[in-house]
Amino acid sequence: MTDERQVADEGAAEGPSPAEIPDVLAELVARFPEAVYAPSAGQHTLTVSRDDYHPLAEAARDAGFEVCADVTCVDWFRRRPVRFELVVNLLSHRHRLRLRLLVPVPADDPVVPSLTGLWPGANFPEREVFDMFGIVFEGHPDLTRILMPDDWEGHPLRKDFAVGSVPVQFKASHKAT
Amino acid sequence: MSDETTTPTVDGGPEVVDIWLSGTEVPPTDEGAQEMAESETEPRLREQLGSVVADDYVDDEVAPEDERMIINMGPQHPSTHGVLRLQLELEGEIIRRSKPIIGYLHTGMEKTAEGLTFAQGPTNVTRMDYLAPLHNELAYSLAVEQLLGIEVPPRAQAIRVLMTELNRVSSHLVALATNGMDIGALSMMLYGFRERELILEFFEKTTGLRMNHNYIRPGGVAVDLPPGWRRDVARIVETIPARIQDYEDLLAENPIWLSRTKGVGVITAEECLAYGITGPILRSTGVDWDLRKAFPYSGIDQYEFDVPTGTNGDVYDRFLIRMEEIRQSIRIVDQVAETMPKGDYRVDDRKVTPPPRARIDESMEALIHHFKIFTEGFRVPPGETYVAVESPRGELGCYLVSDGGGKPWRMHIRAPSFYNLQALPVMMADTLVADTIATIASLDPVMGDVDR
Repeated sequence: MTDERQVADEGAAEGPSPAEIPDVLAELVARFPEAVYAPSAGQHTLTVSRDDYHPLAEAARDAGFEVCADVTCVDWFRRRPVRFELVVNLLSHRHRLRLRLLVPVPADDPVVPSLTGLWPGANFPEREVFDMFGIVFEGHPDLTRILMPDDWEGHPLRKDFAVGSVPVQFKASHKAT
Repeated sequence: MSDETTTPTVDGGPEVVDIWLSGTEVPPTDEGAQEMAESETEPRLREQLGSVVADDYVDDEVAPEDERMIINMGPQHPSTHGVLRLQLELEGEIIRRSKPIIGYLHTGMEKTAEGLTFAQGPTNVTRMDYLAPLHNELAYSLAVEQLLGIEVPPRAQAIRVLMTELNRVSSHLVALATNGMDIGALSMMLYGFRERELILEFFEKTTGLRMNHNYIRPGGVAVDLPPGWRRDVARIVETIPARIQDYEDLLAENPIWLSRTKGVGVITAEECLAYGITGPILRSTGVDWDLRKAFPYSGIDQYEFDVPTGTNGDVYDRFLIRMEEIRQSIRIVDQVAETMPKGDYRVDDRKVTPPPRARIDESMEALIHHFKIFTEGFRVPPGETYVAVESPRGELGCYLVSDGGGKPWRMHIRAPSFYNLQALPVMMADTLVADTIATIASLDPVMGDVDR
């Protein structure tokens, strides 16, 4: 009995209270019923499926999120069933609002649509995520390594990429020694 | 005068008769008589002025292949501010396309952060943007504090504002100095570094180091301000604005400076927003956006300051904005020094704050406590957060994920220089190759920040 009530209370606590959500976000959430709104440390966060990701980003841009402030990724290796989580921080000057999109990406098919068509500024950060995590952005104009050397093998920010596992950095110097 | 008559044409419109073809003895010249060339049409001019951006990835089919030349600039070029490499596709003296190539300074700091405790984190992030180390530490510390759910005492907040604003001044001074040096105003370089020394001396006195301070830490700052700090700050507040006036007298109306900077490296507000460009570059296009005003942090909203904006979005506007931002930062520093609250400079939370040094000699528990914090660190509740501060280069964000352990599960820095570098192909499309240097300098990229 008490257990049930606790569960119910937790459910109520997790559910967003409509008064806290700004109108812009409420409209977005209403348009995409599968997106889960869950504020994290007082910040607006939407967990989106891969199918909804690009349409929702486009709707967000049209709703006033002019800036794609950041694209990055988290590797939940052996912590979560879906390994990768793409993190997109959007910023609206007009509404003085930030919105974070979290997109779970499975490890066996790490492909997501690119945002470069909506915000050309997503070019560099998406290349960085590709470089560091091996996530492929479909429709990206120039998906190449950006920080690591072109002949680098592996994706360094993956959790199963050990820090000290590579003795030398460049293949050329490896041959010389 | 009578030569220049207009004769009615068939459709009634006026027809201009050339003066020197109508029987005068003036020898014919090309001047003024040639038709508008293909390269001077309205859309072409707009591209050259930067208001329209040619697609980077589409070849310009007008010019034959053999007139194009790709040159490689950097990474060891003195004016690329470190190890930036640019591939420039030239057609004569005009840059048609360009591509920044980065990664030469990549040291895997985000990976390193996953192996350091939350308390050790600032030593790592402070080495990213080495011209604004305190802003990096601040962004990181704010993120950790937000996950911990702690609020630092007012004195710590005021010290943080004081130090980061002084850091903004020193960073902008380097930007002005190198901007001057790159264009050939060598005295500007000497002046900028001379004034920066004033601030670095104060930093050394306070934090022990000129750069890479590890001063702002989760929970407050490392040490209190040194004795006599009011005198030092007063000296800075007194000296810098007068020197800025000198720079303005020297350069703001200097015809050589104007011709090298006015209308060079132009970018529009729409392009800035689309490319995620922030900081002085965004403000030079007239967008009134400063995170200190939009999302105030560390109590900076208590102080009065203005956000300067430009109109043309060119190198000259960015130069003026940096000078005005120095003045505004000095204004903030002056107010902070006057209203510096008394109290503790660290949060009173034993979980985060080590015991005072004096207690260690007399208390075993204090020694253990100290040892625990500096070896294991403290645990941070699970969660994720994104905190951004206004660094001298723009939005400096820290995305921090904790799984409940003593080390971050993921720490990502949204580096302003990394995003701002994407403006380079936009600014340089169809401009003269000679303006490249001025454009890069006005962007003020720090390669440590770009590559991390």
